[in-house]
Amino acid sequence: MIYQDSKTLLEVRGLRATVNGIEILKDLDFTVKSGEVHAIMGPNGSGKSTFAKVLAGHTAYEVTAGSVLFEGNNLFELAPEERARAGVFLAFQYPIEIPGVANSQFLRLTYNTVQAQRGKEELDPLEFDDFVREKMKLLEMSPDFLDRSVNEGFSGGEKKRNEILQMALLDPRLAILDETDSGLDIDALRIVSRGVNQLANKDNAIVLVTHYQRLLNYIVPDFVHVMESGRIIKTGDKALALELETRGYEWVAAENQAASDTRAAEEAA
Amino acid sequence: MSTVALIRRSAPGYLETLLAGQPQLRASPLAWVNPLRAQAVSRLNVLTVPTLRDEEWRFTDISPLTRLSFQPVRSATDLHAADIEQFYLEDATTRLVFVDGVYAPQLSSTLTDGGVMVANLSAADTAQAATIEPHLGHHAAFSDNVFAALNTAFLQDVAVILVPRNVDLATPVHLLFIATQTEVASYPRCLLVAESGSSVTLIEDYVALQGEAYFINPVTEIVLADRAHVKHIRVQRDSAKSFHISNCAVSLGCSSNYQSVSVALGAQISRYNLNVLLAEGAECAIDGLALIADSQLADTHTAIDHAQPHGVSRQLHKCIVGGSAHAVFNGKVMVRQGAQRTDSVQSSRNLLLTGKAHVDTKPQLEIFADDVKCAHGATIGQIDSEEVFYLKSRGLSDSVARSLLTYAFGAEIIERIPVASLKHRLEQTVLEQTSSQS
Repeated sequence: MIYQDSKTLLEVRGLRATVNGIEILKDLDFTVKSGEVHAIMGPNGSGKSTFAKVLAGHTAYEVTAGSVLFEGNNLFELAPEERARAGVFLAFQYPIEIPGVANSQFLRLTYNTVQAQRGKEELDPLEFDDFVREKMKLLEMSPDFLDRSVNEGFSGGEKKRNEILQMALLDPRLAILDETDSGLDIDALRIVSRGVNQLANKDNAIVLVTHYQRLLNYIVPDFVHVMESGRIIKTGDKALALELETRGYEWVAAENQAASDTRAAEEAA
Repeated sequence: MSTVALIRRSAPGYLETLLAGQPQLRASPLAWVNPLRAQAVSRLNVLTVPTLRDEEWRFTDISPLTRLSFQPVRSATDLHAADIEQFYLEDATTRLVFVDGVYAPQLSSTLTDGGVMVANLSAADTAQAATIEPHLGHHAAFSDNVFAALNTAFLQDVAVILVPRNVDLATPVHLLFIATQTEVASYPRCLLVAESGSSVTLIEDYVALQGEAYFINPVTEIVLADRAHVKHIRVQRDSAKSFHISNCAVSLGCSSNYQSVSVALGAQISRYNLNVLLAEGAECAIDGLALIADSQLADTHTAIDHAQPHGVSRQLHKCIVGGSAHAVFNGKVMVRQGAQRTDSVQSSRNLLLTGKAHVDTKPQLEIFADDVKCAHGATIGQIDSEEVFYLKSRGLSDSVARSLLTYAFGAEIIERIPVASLKHRLEQTVLEQTSSQS
């Protein structure tokens, strides 16, 4: 939701990033204020997931230009774990399975690590068990998932719920959900969306990276951005997502091309 | 035989020194033990200490062992329960304690009840001796194995576990081998005979109360009669400067079931030979974990011999190698002619934590039957960077993320230990060890 006088959480200016020497992000600008919900849409290969991973600090991506301020501080000075502790959260498109580590152990370790860094109270195993079970209800997850290894043998939907459970525990300021809707059936989509909606408040912000308008029926965005070739080429409100659903992406690219041609012609004149 | 000459030059008189240092063993009250020892001594006069030139030892250089001299234990260390309580397992209260290989009756709690025997060899009565004789020294062959021969030549105290027909020994048996003296050689020995339809859990636990060099050379023989069930957990946590070279031979009767988990954490150089022989319809699961660092070397050689049809074997062996340590795994699975419908799966998985860590793994399948199902494979890898990133993105530091993933790799084996107190203790040990390595 858009609030008056809300603070700027994330400010991305002229961001360029490469992977294996290939430039994926090309002069990207993007601003998020607290309380807002943003959706980033765009065709495959447009750089959406790269952008999400660059924000989380994945080392495979090299930032070559531009700046990212998170709550006014240079995000690139922070290691991935410091970003997480500062309040950046990435829900993975493909959550990693970790055989041999109990989900409860993992969740408590991450929760307590982040709590300690924020100067807040840590929970012992019994206290944490009560706490996490309460959060799991939000996502209609069975407590059985606590005893299993992290994500091991989870269905696609179960993995995504486990991601949102982590979001609920870590209480981020900025949550980036990378294709959290992919692989979800209608029921799971509804449950996951309800969880996200309950976690959204005026002090945090959510960035949804998605291919499909369907998710946006459940989590209603304040802004919809279209990404193409590593840049945001159009920004609108939720109506834009519906238009994309019926018309596809090509017209946006064409419109954008026409606009830049016009600019170029004006500059030449 | 030029190689023999070379071997002799590289380790001048090592065995002779060991044998010469042996105090005159008192004659065993069991008359048949003396000829067994004599046979072993005569083999030692022929055998030589293996070198890298021997196929079975080509990755494992034991010259640091042969450069040192070790004395036999002349007087036993007087330990009290308070000294060793830290090693007790709450759910394994039948306990035989050996200090530097010497049986310590005051620290042990034996069991002789309804035909069950868990005691030192010297306590065997005539009937028990009659059960022991056909097995002791008959499964762990020493004719071509210098270390099994050494152990047999020094055979004195033996942990004997006899479980009569159809008896289910509910309490695990804990064999605690404690090293206290430096520069000594000790020769622990164990014999377990599980009669038909019986079941028992055996824990073989090697620990140290000192950190200097010693040589420990155990031999264990395990015999399962038809339909017997044996669970065998072996934990080697000897001191970081010690040398641990051991042999274990397991013979499975028809439709018997043997499950073992061996964990190697200690020793400068360790070698574990495990030979398993399966009769018709027998099943075994043999799992292992070597977790080593610094300049440790841990070598596990296993041989699973499907001698008869319808046998099932499962093996998962894992190595976690840090520092400039070196792990060796050689896993042979033999399917003999006529051992039809054998079902065997073997997997060797290895995690290298540093650029200097080293692993040699050699799964070996030899099949002489035509109707079998056998699979084997080996992987060697490092910690997955995507997994590390996932954990870091949840706020965990790089070192915590790496130690958690390392722990998880080993936990798959530790989880298979069927004795809860030991499992939890080892989980803690592995967690501490993996944290200190990353």
